Amino acid sequence: MLELALKGDKKYWGWVIALLAVIGVGFAVYLKQLDFGLGITGMSRDVSWGFYIAQFTFLVGVAAGGVMVVLPKYLHDYKAFGRITILGEFLAIAAVTMCLLFIIADLGQPMRAFNVILYPTPGSVLFWDMIVLNGYLFLNIVIGWNVLEAERNNIHYAKWVKPLIITSIVWAPAIHTVTAFLYCGLPGRGFWMTAILAPRFLASAFAAGPALLILLCLIIRKVTKFDPGKEQIQSLAKIVTYAIIINVFFLLCEVFVVFYSRIPSHMSHLQYLFAGLHGHGALVPWMWTSMAFMATSIVLLVIPATRKHEGVLAFTCVILFLGTWIDKGMGMISGGFVPNPLHHVTEYMPTLPEILITLGVYATGILILTILFKVAVNVKEEVSGVTDSCESC
Amino acid sequence: MENSRRSFLKVAGITALGIGTKPVLDVFASSGGHGEEPKPEVYSNEKALTAEKWGMVIDTTKFHSAEDLAPIIEACHKIHNVPDLPDSKHEIMWLWEDEYKHVFTHREHELINDRIKHLPFLVLCNHCEKPACVRACPTKATFKRDDGIVLMDFHRCIGCRFCMAACPYGSRSFNFRDPRPFIKEENKEFPTRMKGVVEKCNFCAERLAVGKMPACVEASNGAITVGDLDDPESEVRELLRTNYTIRRKPDLGAGPSVYYIV
Repeated sequence: MLELALKGDKKYWGWVIALLAVIGVGFAVYLKQLDFGLGITGMSRDVSWGFYIAQFTFLVGVAAGGVMVVLPKYLHDYKAFGRITILGEFLAIAAVTMCLLFIIADLGQPMRAFNVILYPTPGSVLFWDMIVLNGYLFLNIVIGWNVLEAERNNIHYAKWVKPLIITSIVWAPAIHTVTAFLYCGLPGRGFWMTAILAPRFLASAFAAGPALLILLCLIIRKVTKFDPGKEQIQSLAKIVTYAIIINVFFLLCEVFVVFYSRIPSHMSHLQYLFAGLHGHGALVPWMWTSMAFMATSIVLLVIPATRKHEGVLAFTCVILFLGTWIDKGMGMISGGFVPNPLHHVTEYMPTLPEILITLGVYATGILILTILFKVAVNVKEEVSGVTDSCESC
Repeated sequence: MENSRRSFLKVAGITALGIGTKPVLDVFASSGGHGEEPKPEVYSNEKALTAEKWGMVIDTTKFHSAEDLAPIIEACHKIHNVPDLPDSKHEIMWLWEDEYKHVFTHREHELINDRIKHLPFLVLCNHCEKPACVRACPTKATFKRDDGIVLMDFHRCIGCRFCMAACPYGSRSFNFRDPRPFIKEENKEFPTRMKGVVEKCNFCAERLAVGKMPACVEASNGAITVGDLDDPESEVRELLRTNYTIRRKPDLGAGPSVYYIV
């Protein structure tokens, strides 16, 4: 089916070449990082994880969010989502690939990455994260490809695929839970040390992932002949509504516990993020923007008229995605490191090389997404007309 | 054609899987107790200083200002080829000094006496009984020896910095760039590090192995003592018996092995 990605119009190839250019720049800067070391980033002894790990964390959520179209289809037999499950699965492939690339970009000695397999350490959460991420990638490649190929040939997908699909539905929350466990089990980091972290990660994932899917559906409708469907988009919007409300609720639970107990080692991080600490407050405007975006999106999603209006919904999904991205991709990781365990404040901001490498990884993910979606949409266009009778689609 | 390509890919895939999992299987196999292969024997130096459980007592009453600590820190950093980096964000520190309120974050209060308030305290790896860094490390590059010393294998470390996030004492440093150009005078008896790996105080394991006391102990004029915490007759136990001592963040349960007489 991959040959479908080799046939496209000028716009398609222009887009692919533009992405390749961004990847090229990112890769060139990565070579410099490989040569100099991680010192070209804004990370420091105090803030030892930065943009890369934050993007990784956010994108694990996007990958897990894909399950929100797969689960209703296969566990509740919600047939409407049959049209778009493949988009959720392919989005997961692109997102997990970016996660793995961000991990590699973050390693001080990437050529030793296989030490994680050579010296397996089940006591380390990172060991399990490697297993769940690679497993989820593998599951989605196998499932997505087989189901789509079956759809193209107008047959039912092979029987052995179904258990894999069920596995992938359970696996999706697992990848984000394990990712949260990377942080919330660390004794000296009050910001992350909360049992609500994994649930919060999942709630924001199930908001951001499907919100991105809505936007992708709208783009696909615009640039191709395949229409993901009005009902599908509206159902996704309802999922996003519940998820973002739960996400903000979890955040407020955290805020209550932290500020009512007033334990400084837990409180100081939220103070740093939302009010600044000892005169340092680089993230304050970002965090309030994030809160405003999430609050506005809740209002626009809860009101039926604005949710049902696709133009407004698109706007809502954009600000919701940005809001959750700022929350996780900027605040969540460096917020945990400021102040440090000795209560010193060292601020973190990504450097230009760091941002360029990050953009390179994102471009790689978007390229994978473009190619996979191109294949999927072409198959959908090919078989349109027979799709309605096909149970697997 | 289609068929043969498929079967080739299948074989290739299975082969790749085999190569990938063999070391994992080896690990499980070796723990199964086959014991036929002769294990290499390591002879220890007769003069080596040993303990059931190493610990350190720092008598802060013998210090008055940062000048008293500087030679101790210098001795440690010089012997271990710790670089002096221009950018404080990339700093490597094995042993350093900080104020009471930063070192003992859980004990700080505004009305504490002036001596404690302004006295610099030595900070280093606590060689914890239950080290969070060891638990976090995905490659066992950082590990705890039977005698309680927490060590780093600079050659195995992949530089993921999970240990740095895990350590509640901020004791670990990462080589954000090649440290070698910033080592003033290289000590040929101790390895230098490369960029991209984590490092920290090693309790002078290399010196104990040849019968020497840790560098900081030697440079401290008797203010720092190391010894066996499990031996009731040891000097450290005597100090702990006769002085009021505190440890950093004992409530976290990591069990730090560094005690401070205040």
